Amino acid sequence: MTRAFLALVRRDLALALRAGGGAGLGVVFFLAVVTVTPFAIGPDLNLLARIGPAILWIGALLASLIGLDRLFAADAEDGSLDLMFMSELPMELAAAAKGLAHWLATGLPLVVAAPVLSLLLNLEPAAIGALCLTLLVGTPAVTFLGLIGAAFAAAFRRGGLLVAVLVMPLTIPVLIFGVAATSAAIGGTVPFGAPFRILAGLSLGALVLGPVAAAAALRATRE
Amino acid sequence: MVTGPNGAGKSSLLRLLAGLAPPVAGSIRLEGAPESDTFGEQVHYLGHLDAHKLALSAADNLRFWRDLLGRGPSQGSVLGVEAAMEEVGLGGLGALPVAVLSAGQKRRLALARLLVAERPLWILDEPTTALDSSAQALFTALARAHTAKGGLLVAATHAPLDLGPSESLDIGAHAARTARDPDGGDPDGVDPDAAFAGEASS
Repeated sequence: MTRAFLALVRRDLALALRAGGGAGLGVVFFLAVVTVTPFAIGPDLNLLARIGPAILWIGALLASLIGLDRLFAADAEDGSLDLMFMSELPMELAAAAKGLAHWLATGLPLVVAAPVLSLLLNLEPAAIGALCLTLLVGTPAVTFLGLIGAAFAAAFRRGGLLVAVLVMPLTIPVLIFGVAATSAAIGGTVPFGAPFRILAGLSLGALVLGPVAAAAALRATRE
Repeated sequence: MVTGPNGAGKSSLLRLLAGLAPPVAGSIRLEGAPESDTFGEQVHYLGHLDAHKLALSAADNLRFWRDLLGRGPSQGSVLGVEAAMEEVGLGGLGALPVAVLSAGQKRRLALARLLVAERPLWILDEPTTALDSSAQALFTALARAHTAKGGLLVAATHAPLDLGPSESLDIGAHAARTARDPDGGDPDGVDPDAAFAGEASS
Protein backbone atom coordinates (compact mmCIF):
# COMPACT_ATOMS: atom_id res chain seq x y z
CA MET A 1 0.00 0.00 0.00
CA THR A 2 2.91 2.33 0.80
CA ARG A 3 4.33 1.45 -2.61
CA ALA A 4 1.10 2.45 -4.35
CA PHE A 5 0.88 5.68 -2.30
CA LEU A 6 4.44 6.70 -3.14
CA ALA A 7 3.97 5.74 -6.80
CA LEU A 8 1.00 8.09 -7.04
CA VAL A 9 2.85 10.95 -5.30
CA ARG A 10 5.86 10.43 -7.59
CA ARG A 11 3.74 10.35 -10.76
CA ASP A 12 1.77 13.48 -9.88
CA LEU A 13 4.94 15.36 -8.95
CA ALA A 14 6.59 14.32 -12.23
CA LEU A 15 3.50 15.45 -14.17
CA ALA A 16 3.40 18.80 -12.34
CA LEU A 17 7.09 19.50 -12.92
CA ARG A 18 7.01 18.55 -16.63
CA ALA A 19 6.44 21.27 -19.20
CA GLY A 20 2.79 22.31 -19.10
CA GLY A 21 2.31 20.74 -15.67
CA GLY A 22 1.61 24.07 -14.01
CA ALA A 23 3.84 23.79 -10.92
CA GLY A 24 5.36 27.24 -11.51
CA LEU A 25 2.03 28.90 -12.21
CA GLY A 26 1.13 29.45 -8.56
CA VAL A 27 4.42 31.18 -7.75
CA VAL A 28 4.09 33.46 -10.78
CA PHE A 29 0.56 34.42 -9.73
CA PHE A 30 1.78 35.03 -6.15
CA LEU A 31 4.58 37.21 -7.49
CA ALA A 32 2.12 39.17 -9.63
CA VAL A 33 -0.26 39.89 -6.74
CA VAL A 34 2.48 40.98 -4.37
CA THR A 35 4.40 43.20 -6.81
CA VAL A 36 1.27 44.95 -8.06
CA THR A 37 0.02 45.83 -4.57
CA PRO A 38 2.61 48.58 -3.73
CA PHE A 39 1.84 50.27 -7.05
CA ALA A 40 -1.88 50.27 -6.29
CA ILE A 41 -1.58 51.41 -2.67
CA GLY A 42 1.22 53.90 -3.05
CA PRO A 43 4.65 54.25 -1.48
CA ASP A 44 3.47 54.47 2.14
CA LEU A 45 5.98 52.17 3.87
CA ASN A 46 4.16 52.06 7.20
CA LEU A 47 0.87 51.16 5.57
CA LEU A 48 2.55 48.45 3.47
CA ALA A 49 4.22 46.94 6.53
CA ARG A 50 0.85 46.88 8.31
CA ILE A 51 -1.18 45.25 5.54
CA GLY A 52 1.74 43.22 4.09
CA PRO A 53 0.96 39.95 5.90
CA ALA A 54 -2.66 40.10 4.74
CA ILE A 55 -1.66 40.76 1.11
CA LEU A 56 0.82 37.87 1.17
CA TRP A 57 -1.75 35.55 2.70
CA ILE A 58 -4.42 36.49 0.14
CA GLY A 59 -1.91 35.94 -2.65
CA ALA A 60 -0.88 32.56 -1.27
CA LEU A 61 -4.50 31.50 -0.74
CA LEU A 62 -5.52 32.31 -4.31
CA ALA A 63 -2.31 30.82 -5.74
CA SER A 64 -2.99 27.58 -3.85
CA LEU A 65 -6.33 27.24 -5.61
CA ILE A 66 -4.73 27.38 -9.07
CA GLY A 67 -4.62 24.00 -10.77
CA LEU A 68 -6.92 22.32 -8.26
CA ASP A 69 -9.73 22.04 -10.82
CA ARG A 70 -7.57 19.74 -12.98
CA LEU A 71 -6.39 17.57 -10.10
CA PHE A 72 -8.97 14.79 -10.50
CA ALA A 73 -10.54 15.98 -13.77
CA ALA A 74 -7.42 15.07 -15.77
CA ASP A 75 -7.46 11.55 -14.33
CA ALA A 76 -11.19 11.20 -14.95
CA GLU A 77 -10.78 12.20 -18.60
CA ASP A 78 -8.02 9.74 -19.50
CA GLY A 79 -9.48 6.80 -17.58
CA SER A 80 -6.86 6.72 -14.81
CA LEU A 81 -9.45 7.46 -12.13
CA ASP A 82 -11.35 4.24 -12.95
CA LEU A 83 -8.21 2.20 -12.39
CA MET A 84 -7.43 4.00 -9.13
CA PHE A 85 -10.74 2.72 -7.81
CA MET A 86 -9.51 -0.81 -8.55
CA SER A 87 -6.26 -0.51 -6.61
CA GLU A 88 -5.67 -1.86 -3.12
CA LEU A 89 -4.98 1.78 -2.19
CA PRO A 90 -8.25 3.16 -0.77
CA MET A 91 -9.58 6.23 -2.56
CA GLU A 92 -9.09 8.28 0.62
CA LEU A 93 -5.36 7.61 0.57
CA ALA A 94 -5.20 8.11 -3.20
CA ALA A 95 -6.79 11.54 -2.71
CA ALA A 96 -4.31 12.27 0.08
CA ALA A 97 -1.41 11.24 -2.18
CA LYS A 98 -2.62 13.56 -4.93
CA GLY A 99 -3.09 16.36 -2.38
CA LEU A 100 0.42 15.86 -1.04
CA ALA A 101 1.93 15.93 -4.54
CA HIS A 102 -0.10 19.04 -5.38
CA TRP A 103 1.08 20.82 -2.23
CA LEU A 104 4.72 19.88 -2.87
CA ALA A 105 4.43 21.27 -6.41
CA THR A 106 2.43 24.46 -5.71
CA GLY A 107 2.20 25.11 -1.94
CA LEU A 108 5.80 24.58 -0.89
CA PRO A 109 7.22 26.96 -3.57
CA LEU A 110 4.93 29.68 -2.16
CA VAL A 111 6.41 29.22 1.31
CA VAL A 112 9.92 29.41 -0.18
CA ALA A 113 9.10 32.52 -2.23
CA ALA A 114 7.36 34.37 0.62
CA PRO A 115 10.50 35.73 2.39
CA VAL A 116 11.76 37.30 -0.84
CA LEU A 117 8.41 38.85 -1.64
CA SER A 118 8.05 40.08 1.96
CA LEU A 119 10.92 42.50 1.30
CA LEU A 120 8.81 44.20 -1.38
CA LEU A 121 6.16 44.95 1.25
CA ASN A 122 8.61 46.32 3.86
CA LEU A 123 8.00 43.56 6.42
CA GLU A 124 10.29 43.40 9.43
CA PRO A 125 12.33 40.21 10.07
CA ALA A 126 10.08 38.99 12.90
CA ALA A 127 7.04 39.27 10.64
CA ILE A 128 8.81 37.44 7.80
CA GLY A 129 9.63 34.52 10.10
CA ALA A 130 6.08 34.36 11.43
CA LEU A 131 4.62 34.65 7.93
CA CYS A 132 6.68 31.74 6.59
CA LEU A 133 5.76 29.60 9.58
CA THR A 134 2.03 30.33 9.20
CA LEU A 135 2.18 29.72 5.44
CA LEU A 136 4.01 26.42 6.00
CA VAL A 137 1.28 25.31 8.39
CA GLY A 138 -1.67 26.92 6.59
CA THR A 139 -1.16 26.17 2.88
CA PRO A 140 -1.58 22.37 3.32
CA ALA A 141 -4.99 23.14 4.85
CA VAL A 142 -5.98 25.12 1.75
CA THR A 143 -4.79 22.35 -0.61
CA PHE A 144 -6.50 19.55 1.30
CA LEU A 145 -9.76 21.46 1.65
CA GLY A 146 -9.42 22.14 -2.07
CA LEU A 147 -9.43 18.38 -2.72
CA ILE A 148 -13.17 18.43 -2.01
CA GLY A 149 -13.86 20.98 -4.74
CA ALA A 150 -11.40 19.22 -7.05
CA ALA A 151 -13.32 15.96 -6.65
CA PHE A 152 -16.58 17.63 -7.64
CA ALA A 153 -14.90 19.40 -10.55
CA ALA A 154 -13.98 15.99 -11.98
CA ALA A 155 -17.66 15.23 -12.49
CA PHE A 156 -18.39 18.42 -14.44
CA ARG A 157 -16.87 19.95 -17.53
CA ARG A 158 -15.23 23.31 -16.90
CA GLY A 159 -15.44 23.05 -13.13
CA GLY A 160 -12.79 25.73 -12.49
CA LEU A 161 -15.17 28.31 -11.06
CA LEU A 162 -16.94 25.60 -9.09
CA VAL A 163 -13.74 24.83 -7.21
CA ALA A 164 -13.32 28.48 -6.21
CA VAL A 165 -16.95 28.81 -5.12
CA LEU A 166 -16.93 25.56 -3.13
CA VAL A 167 -13.53 25.88 -1.56
CA MET A 168 -13.17 29.61 -0.80
CA PRO A 169 -15.69 29.70 2.08
CA LEU A 170 -14.00 26.70 3.70
CA THR A 171 -10.61 28.41 3.60
CA ILE A 172 -11.74 31.66 5.25
CA PRO A 173 -10.91 30.44 8.81
CA VAL A 174 -7.43 29.45 7.63
CA LEU A 175 -6.94 32.96 6.21
CA ILE A 176 -8.24 34.67 9.39
CA PHE A 177 -6.01 32.75 11.78
CA GLY A 178 -3.02 32.80 9.43
CA VAL A 179 -3.08 36.60 9.24
CA ALA A 180 -3.94 36.93 12.94
CA ALA A 181 -0.93 34.85 13.96
CA THR A 182 1.38 36.84 11.68
CA SER A 183 0.06 40.17 13.02
CA ALA A 184 0.41 38.91 16.58
CA ALA A 185 4.10 38.23 15.99
CA ILE A 186 4.80 41.92 15.24
CA GLY A 187 2.93 43.29 18.22
CA GLY A 188 -0.71 43.18 19.12
CA THR A 189 -3.00 42.30 21.94
CA VAL A 190 -2.87 38.49 21.59
CA PRO A 191 0.28 36.34 21.85
CA PHE A 192 1.49 34.53 18.68
CA GLY A 193 0.74 31.09 20.14
CA ALA A 194 -3.02 31.35 20.41
CA PRO A 195 -4.03 31.96 16.75
CA PHE A 196 -1.13 29.80 15.55
CA ARG A 197 -2.37 26.79 17.49
CA ILE A 198 -5.85 27.23 16.05
CA LEU A 199 -4.31 27.44 12.57
CA ALA A 200 -2.38 24.22 13.19
CA GLY A 201 -5.60 22.58 14.41
CA LEU A 202 -7.48 23.68 11.30
CA SER A 203 -4.67 22.28 9.17
CA LEU A 204 -4.68 18.91 10.91
CA GLY A 205 -8.46 18.72 10.59
CA ALA A 206 -8.26 19.50 6.87
CA LEU A 207 -5.55 16.85 6.35
CA VAL A 208 -7.97 14.22 7.65
CA LEU A 209 -11.33 15.52 6.44
CA GLY A 210 -10.27 16.70 2.96
CA PRO A 211 -9.26 13.28 1.52
CA VAL A 212 -12.22 11.51 3.15
CA ALA A 213 -14.71 14.03 1.78
CA ALA A 214 -13.01 14.04 -1.63
CA ALA A 215 -13.16 10.23 -1.85
CA ALA A 216 -16.84 10.32 -0.90
CA ALA A 217 -17.48 12.95 -3.59
CA LEU A 218 -15.62 10.90 -6.21
CA ARG A 219 -17.62 7.79 -5.32
CA ALA A 220 -20.91 9.69 -5.40
CA THR A 221 -20.29 11.37 -8.75
CA ARG A 222 -18.78 8.52 -10.78
CA GLU A 223 -21.15 7.28 -13.42
CA MET B 1 -17.49 -12.83 -25.05
CA VAL B 2 -20.03 -10.03 -25.07
CA THR B 3 -21.39 -8.97 -28.44
CA GLY B 4 -24.15 -6.64 -29.55
CA PRO B 5 -24.84 -3.57 -31.69
CA ASN B 6 -23.57 -0.09 -30.80
CA GLY B 7 -25.45 1.32 -27.84
CA ALA B 8 -26.76 -2.04 -26.69
CA GLY B 9 -25.05 -1.63 -23.31
CA LYS B 10 -21.88 -3.72 -23.66
CA SER B 11 -19.67 -1.11 -22.04
CA SER B 12 -22.24 -0.46 -19.30
CA LEU B 13 -22.32 -4.17 -18.55
CA LEU B 14 -18.53 -4.35 -18.37
CA ARG B 15 -18.32 -1.27 -16.11
CA LEU B 16 -20.92 -2.90 -13.89
CA LEU B 17 -18.91 -6.13 -13.81
CA ALA B 18 -15.74 -4.22 -13.00
CA GLY B 19 -17.45 -2.55 -10.06
CA LEU B 20 -17.18 0.90 -11.65
CA ALA B 21 -20.94 1.38 -11.93
CA PRO B 22 -23.24 0.54 -9.04
CA PRO B 23 -25.75 -2.28 -9.72
CA VAL B 24 -29.43 -1.43 -9.24
CA ALA B 25 -29.82 -4.62 -7.24
CA GLY B 26 -27.66 -7.56 -6.27
CA SER B 27 -23.92 -7.87 -5.90
CA ILE B 28 -20.96 -9.27 -7.79
CA ARG B 29 -18.23 -11.45 -6.34
CA LEU B 30 -15.52 -13.73 -7.54
CA GLU B 31 -15.60 -17.20 -6.05
CA GLY B 32 -12.36 -18.45 -4.54
CA ALA B 33 -10.93 -14.98 -4.04
CA PRO B 34 -9.22 -14.05 -0.74
CA GLU B 35 -11.67 -12.48 1.69
CA SER B 36 -9.35 -9.58 2.40
CA ASP B 37 -9.42 -8.32 -1.19
CA THR B 38 -12.16 -6.11 -2.59
CA PHE B 39 -13.69 -7.16 -5.89
CA GLY B 40 -11.92 -4.39 -7.79
CA GLU B 41 -8.53 -5.74 -6.71
CA GLN B 42 -9.23 -9.01 -8.58
CA VAL B 43 -9.96 -7.28 -11.85
CA HIS B 44 -7.97 -5.78 -14.70
CA TYR B 45 -10.21 -3.33 -16.53
CA LEU B 46 -9.22 -2.11 -19.98
CA GLY B 47 -11.79 0.40 -21.22
CA HIS B 48 -12.02 2.64 -24.25
CA LEU B 49 -9.57 5.02 -22.60
CA ASP B 50 -6.00 3.82 -22.31
CA ALA B 51 -5.30 5.73 -19.05
CA HIS B 52 -1.84 6.88 -20.15
CA LYS B 53 -0.30 10.19 -19.14
CA LEU B 54 0.95 11.68 -22.41
CA ALA B 55 3.74 13.72 -20.81
CA LEU B 56 5.37 10.72 -19.12
CA SER B 57 7.42 8.06 -20.87
CA ALA B 58 5.91 4.69 -21.77
CA ALA B 59 8.05 2.91 -19.16
CA ASP B 60 7.13 5.45 -16.45
CA ASN B 61 3.43 4.93 -17.18
CA LEU B 62 3.80 1.17 -16.99
CA ARG B 63 5.94 1.36 -13.83
CA PHE B 64 3.28 3.52 -12.16
CA TRP B 65 0.49 1.05 -12.92
CA ARG B 66 2.67 -1.86 -11.77
CA ASP B 67 3.16 -0.13 -8.41
CA LEU B 68 -0.48 0.94 -8.07
CA LEU B 69 -2.19 -2.27 -9.26
CA GLY B 70 0.40 -4.90 -8.38
CA ARG B 71 1.26 -6.32 -5.02
CA GLY B 72 4.97 -6.07 -4.66
CA PRO B 73 7.92 -7.88 -6.18
CA SER B 74 7.23 -11.28 -4.60
CA GLN B 75 5.10 -12.64 -7.44
CA GLY B 76 6.37 -15.34 -9.73
CA SER B 77 4.53 -15.07 -13.01
CA VAL B 78 4.45 -11.28 -13.30
CA LEU B 79 6.62 -9.71 -15.96
CA GLY B 80 8.90 -6.75 -15.33
CA VAL B 81 8.26 -3.46 -17.10
CA GLU B 82 10.92 -4.06 -19.78
CA ALA B 83 9.82 -7.65 -20.36
CA ALA B 84 6.16 -6.68 -20.65
CA MET B 85 6.97 -4.00 -23.23
CA GLU B 86 9.07 -6.52 -25.14
CA GLU B 87 6.13 -8.94 -25.02
CA VAL B 88 3.70 -6.51 -26.67
CA GLY B 89 6.20 -5.44 -29.31
CA LEU B 90 7.25 -2.11 -27.81
CA GLY B 91 10.79 -3.15 -26.88
CA GLY B 92 13.19 -0.20 -26.93
CA LEU B 93 10.45 2.44 -26.92
CA GLY B 94 10.26 2.75 -23.13
CA ALA B 95 12.01 6.12 -22.94
CA LEU B 96 9.67 7.83 -25.42
CA PRO B 97 6.83 9.98 -24.09
CA VAL B 98 3.46 8.39 -24.75
CA ALA B 99 2.41 11.51 -26.67
CA VAL B 100 4.55 10.48 -29.65
CA LEU B 101 3.28 6.88 -29.81
CA SER B 102 0.64 5.91 -32.38
CA ALA B 103 -2.89 4.86 -31.41
CA GLY B 104 -2.02 1.19 -31.90
CA GLN B 105 1.15 1.52 -29.85
CA LYS B 106 -0.80 3.17 -27.02
CA ARG B 107 -3.23 0.24 -27.09
CA ARG B 108 -0.31 -2.19 -26.98
CA LEU B 109 1.04 -0.32 -23.96
CA ALA B 110 -2.39 -0.64 -22.31
CA LEU B 111 -2.24 -4.40 -22.95
CA ALA B 112 1.21 -4.50 -21.32
CA ARG B 113 -0.48 -3.20 -18.15
CA LEU B 114 -2.33 -6.54 -17.91
CA LEU B 115 1.03 -8.30 -17.71
CA VAL B 116 2.81 -6.28 -15.02
CA ALA B 117 0.23 -7.02 -12.29
CA GLU B 118 -1.36 -10.38 -11.64
CA ARG B 119 -5.17 -10.37 -11.52
CA PRO B 120 -7.45 -13.35 -12.17
CA LEU B 121 -10.26 -11.59 -14.05
CA TRP B 122 -9.65 -9.48 -17.15
CA ILE B 123 -12.50 -7.23 -18.25
CA LEU B 124 -11.70 -5.84 -21.67
CA ASP B 125 -13.80 -3.38 -23.62
CA GLU B 126 -13.01 -3.64 -27.34
CA PRO B 127 -9.42 -4.75 -26.64
CA THR B 128 -8.38 -4.92 -30.28
CA THR B 129 -9.35 -1.35 -31.26
CA ALA B 130 -6.57 0.26 -33.33
CA LEU B 131 -4.45 -2.90 -33.26
CA ASP B 132 -2.89 -4.20 -36.48
CA SER B 133 -3.22 -7.86 -37.46
CA SER B 134 0.03 -8.92 -35.80
CA ALA B 135 -1.01 -7.20 -32.57
CA GLN B 136 -4.41 -8.89 -32.76
CA ALA B 137 -2.66 -12.26 -33.01
CA LEU B 138 -0.49 -11.19 -30.09
CA PHE B 139 -3.55 -10.29 -28.05
CA THR B 140 -5.13 -13.66 -28.81
CA ALA B 141 -1.98 -15.40 -27.60
CA LEU B 142 -1.92 -13.32 -24.38
CA ALA B 143 -5.60 -14.04 -23.72
CA ARG B 144 -5.13 -17.76 -24.32
CA ALA B 145 -2.12 -17.83 -21.98
CA HIS B 146 -4.18 -16.04 -19.33
CA THR B 147 -7.08 -18.51 -19.55
CA ALA B 148 -4.65 -21.45 -19.68
CA LYS B 149 -3.31 -20.31 -16.28
CA GLY B 150 -6.88 -20.47 -14.95
CA GLY B 151 -7.74 -16.82 -15.47
CA LEU B 152 -11.14 -15.51 -16.48
CA LEU B 153 -11.72 -13.07 -19.28
CA VAL B 154 -14.77 -11.03 -20.24
CA ALA B 155 -14.43 -9.11 -23.50
CA ALA B 156 -16.82 -6.94 -25.45
CA THR B 157 -15.94 -7.03 -29.11
CA HIS B 158 -17.07 -6.58 -32.69
CA ALA B 159 -14.09 -8.37 -34.18
CA PRO B 160 -14.22 -12.16 -34.21
CA LEU B 161 -11.66 -13.30 -31.65
CA ASP B 162 -10.53 -16.89 -31.41
CA LEU B 163 -9.88 -17.25 -27.69
CA GLY B 164 -10.48 -20.96 -27.34
CA PRO B 165 -13.37 -22.35 -25.28
CA SER B 166 -15.72 -19.51 -24.39
CA GLU B 167 -19.35 -18.61 -23.84
CA SER B 168 -20.96 -15.70 -25.60
CA LEU B 169 -23.60 -13.27 -24.47
CA ASP B 170 -25.45 -11.32 -27.15
CA ILE B 171 -26.82 -8.21 -25.49
CA GLY B 172 -28.60 -7.12 -28.66
CA ALA B 173 -30.98 -10.09 -28.53
CA HIS B 174 -31.71 -9.45 -24.87
CA ALA B 175 -32.28 -5.73 -25.44
CA ALA B 176 -34.65 -6.48 -28.32
CA ARG B 177 -36.60 -8.83 -26.09
CA THR B 178 -36.84 -6.19 -23.35
CA ALA B 179 -37.98 -3.60 -25.86
CA ARG B 180 -40.87 -5.83 -26.94
CA ASP B 181 -41.82 -6.52 -23.35
CA PRO B 182 -41.21 -3.34 -21.36
CA ASP B 183 -42.10 -4.95 -18.04
CA GLY B 184 -39.66 -7.81 -18.47
CA GLY B 185 -36.38 -6.19 -17.51
CA ASP B 186 -34.80 -3.00 -16.37
CA PRO B 187 -35.05 -0.04 -18.74
CA ASP B 188 -31.37 0.02 -19.68
CA GLY B 189 -31.65 -3.38 -21.28
CA VAL B 190 -29.03 -4.73 -18.87
CA ASP B 191 -30.47 -7.25 -16.47
CA PRO B 192 -28.19 -7.92 -13.47
CA ASP B 193 -28.99 -11.62 -13.61
CA ALA B 194 -27.94 -11.88 -17.24
CA ALA B 195 -24.71 -10.06 -16.41
CA PHE B 196 -23.98 -12.51 -13.64
CA ALA B 197 -24.57 -15.52 -15.85
CA GLY B 198 -22.27 -14.08 -18.49
CA GLU B 199 -19.43 -13.65 -16.05
CA ALA B 200 -19.79 -17.02 -14.39
CA SER B 201 -19.72 -18.97 -17.60
CA SER B 202 -17.13 -17.22 -19.71
